[in-house]
Amino acid sequence: MSEKKDWPLWEIFIRSRAGLNHKHVGSLHAADEDMAIENARDVYTRRNEGISIWVVESKHIKASNPEDEDSLFEPADNKIYRHPTFYNLPDEIKHM
Amino acid sequence: MSSEASMLEKFDEKIRKEIKIEPRDWMPDKYRKTLIRQISQHAHSEIVGMLPEGVWITRAPSMRRKVALLAKVQDEAGHGLYLYSAAETLGTTRGEMIDDLHTGKAKYSSIFNYPAITWADIGAIGWLVDGAAIMNQVMLCRTSYGPYARAMVRICKEESFHQRQGYEIMLTLAKGSEEQKAMAQDALNRWWWPSLMMFGPPDAESKHTAQSMAWKIKRKTNDELRQQFVNATVPQAKLIDLTIPDPDLVWNEERNSYDFGEIDWEEFWNVVKGNGPCNKERLEARQNAAKNGEWVRDAAIAFAEKQSQRKSNKEQVA
Ligand SMILES: [Fe+2]
Ligand SMILES: [Fe+2]
Repeated sequence: MSEKKDWPLWEIFIRSRAGLNHKHVGSLHAADEDMAIENARDVYTRRNEGISIWVVESKHIKASNPEDEDSLFEPADNKIYRHPTFYNLPDEIKHM
Repeated sequence: MSSEASMLEKFDEKIRKEIKIEPRDWMPDKYRKTLIRQISQHAHSEIVGMLPEGVWITRAPSMRRKVALLAKVQDEAGHGLYLYSAAETLGTTRGEMIDDLHTGKAKYSSIFNYPAITWADIGAIGWLVDGAAIMNQVMLCRTSYGPYARAMVRICKEESFHQRQGYEIMLTLAKGSEEQKAMAQDALNRWWWPSLMMFGPPDAESKHTAQSMAWKIKRKTNDELRQQFVNATVPQAKLIDLTIPDPDLVWNEERNSYDFGEIDWEEFWNVVKGNGPCNKERLEARQNAAKNGEWVRDAAIAFAEKQSQRKSNKEQVA
């Protein structure tokens, strides 16, 4: 291994078609952001898998802690009134 | 904070319910270590696997064959990278993994310690070696660790062309002149048994299988996959009129499978231990690639640092 450090790790996001979100596809190492985009093209889009690439250095991503899953998502769990099926409408109304 | 016992319970329940384990989830230490070993070994195999085929790119018999082989070898580099990055989500680093390969601590698939001596070997490798790898990788699409499973799905999509281009080479040679057919048969003779060994030692002697099955890292045993491969491949050989080099090969009506001859496990272990025809050459090729590329990697880092310094200087001025 080199005396100097490894190239930093980048997370790669690809938009596969116009109209779709960029989606996380994996990661790779590159010396800088331009090289990250070029490498992402070669590694993740060899078969027209994308029309746009985002790269973010992995260290800049802050992730939620899986151990907090319950408390973090609990507020959404018990609010059934946020869903359309919570409301009672007369049968005559077919679409609303 | 949850206690280790309750974390373990939650982990086991996820495995039971087929819920994937993700990088930041709690996992038993041995599960993590097993995955790092297996995924990095798999990544090394993709990279070392480029060597026997790579030498044929400049010698391919036509432009059509050349672009196909080039694309295949490039895919294998991609597979290595998907897998290294999956392993990195478990807390190891690229540098550590590469070091382990170069010092001989980490293994790679022994099949790549055999040489590709004729053009027909390129056919046999695509057909048999990629064919065997596909059996294993299709199974791994359902492995319990999320990043590994996702890498496998991507890899499997790309693999089918690899096997088809190999089989097409064999088919073309088998239909060609006497010499060409003999060349195809010779390649099959040399690659058949090592391909069967690719699935690893028999279940009874495989020290990792039971735990890996319990953790759903593996979904089928070595022997199951090997049998599946034999059943799929024998008819393909018949179709192009080549003979599998196994006098004991016979259809077993009762088992609905082919019975096949004894594998020479002594040869297998000998190659694993480093005494195959190309072990030394393969490892040296990787070591040299790392050594000769070091100044490029260092220069790229230095350049990136300088660029970002310039950028921040400019921003300060403005
Ligand atoms: Fe591959
Ligand atoms: Fe392949």
